[in-house]
Amino acid sequence: MAKKESNFVNMVTTLAIVTAVAAFTLSMVYNLTAGPIEEGRIARQQEAIRYVLPPTEEMTEFDKLVTKKFLPVTGSDSITFNFAYVDGELLGIAVETYTMRGWEGFISAMVGFYPDKNIVDVVHLEHSETPGLGDKIEKGRDDWSNQFRDFNTSEKELRLKGDGGDVDGITAATITARAYADAIERAYLTLKEVFDEKYLTLEY
Amino acid sequence: MNKLKIISKGLIKENPVFVLLLGLCPVLGVTTSAFNGFGMGMVTTFVLFMSNLVVSLIKNFIPAKVRIPSYIVVIASFVTISELVVEAFMPDLFEALGLFIPLIVVNCLVLGRSEAFASKNDVFSSVTDGFAMGLGFTFALTALGGLRELLGAYSLFGYSFIEGDGMLVFVLAPGAFIGLGYLTAIFLKLIGDR
Repeated sequence: MAKKESNFVNMVTTLAIVTAVAAFTLSMVYNLTAGPIEEGRIARQQEAIRYVLPPTEEMTEFDKLVTKKFLPVTGSDSITFNFAYVDGELLGIAVETYTMRGWEGFISAMVGFYPDKNIVDVVHLEHSETPGLGDKIEKGRDDWSNQFRDFNTSEKELRLKGDGGDVDGITAATITARAYADAIERAYLTLKEVFDEKYLTLEY
Repeated sequence: MNKLKIISKGLIKENPVFVLLLGLCPVLGVTTSAFNGFGMGMVTTFVLFMSNLVVSLIKNFIPAKVRIPSYIVVIASFVTISELVVEAFMPDLFEALGLFIPLIVVNCLVLGRSEAFASKNDVFSSVTDGFAMGLGFTFALTALGGLRELLGAYSLFGYSFIEGDGMLVFVLAPGAFIGLGYLTAIFLKLIGDR
């Protein structure tokens, strides 16, 4: 079969058909994958909430979760508080916090607090830090973030040791470590504010 | 054309990375570990295979003057499809490759094969070429990723051999250039090209 001639009508119709078929195919694939993608995102978030909350005896974790957004003390975007209750008693608070100060900008993390405002544990959610260096903030890659486990916020400062705090840095990834501490500190300071102004009694 | 010859060309004689030096952006960007390199290679192989298939099927219906935009639309579609599928069903791989999957669109290797091979050959030769080139690309990325992981983190495919931090330079961008340079030299020496 001879090639089509490159005249105006041929070119316009060909491009129109090619793009229309491509758009239709993509919309089909999008519909097929939108569900699993959203489920995966929610599953990761829920898993993170359960991961950072205080462990309960039967690992049923909690029977009520109240989600509330607050504007943090510093920063312009709101952060999400998940208050977990067992039999009407506050078990802990999982705070989804963020920082813009990472080496690649945005980093988000889930920080769990005991009702006494000490940290239970921290787990990362999203980041684009350098693989092999900054990604040591991830739980699975390095035990660096384990230093936040049972972190006593009333006695220790959520800042790097080099900045006058009590958090160890990461070799060759100081900016990432500082940003992660910044995210956690933002969660803590906002939590303190929320507690002091007794928002909590209003929510439950 | 002989199919075996096409395969050996894609893998060795015209290896897209070590001989043609095409698509170097993902080569340098994602090869911080052997697994990342391998994953990127497999996604690129899928895109190469599918776009070569479609381009060779539609080549006679495309007027010559609009062939490049048509091919790019085809390639971009398959890249987006693979991005959505990887994000939905392989979240770990997606987390590792992240930004680099959309960049396959501008990988000159993919458009290069569509233009230079699929638009001139029959369907079966074209998919063979796409597959072979993809494998050659995967091989090169896995080798470079493995080298960088080995020297930079003392591990391979995530299994650590020696305790310690490794040579940081190999994890960072300069290490990619150094590694690629040496691997290219060794590869060309081995196939007796220089």
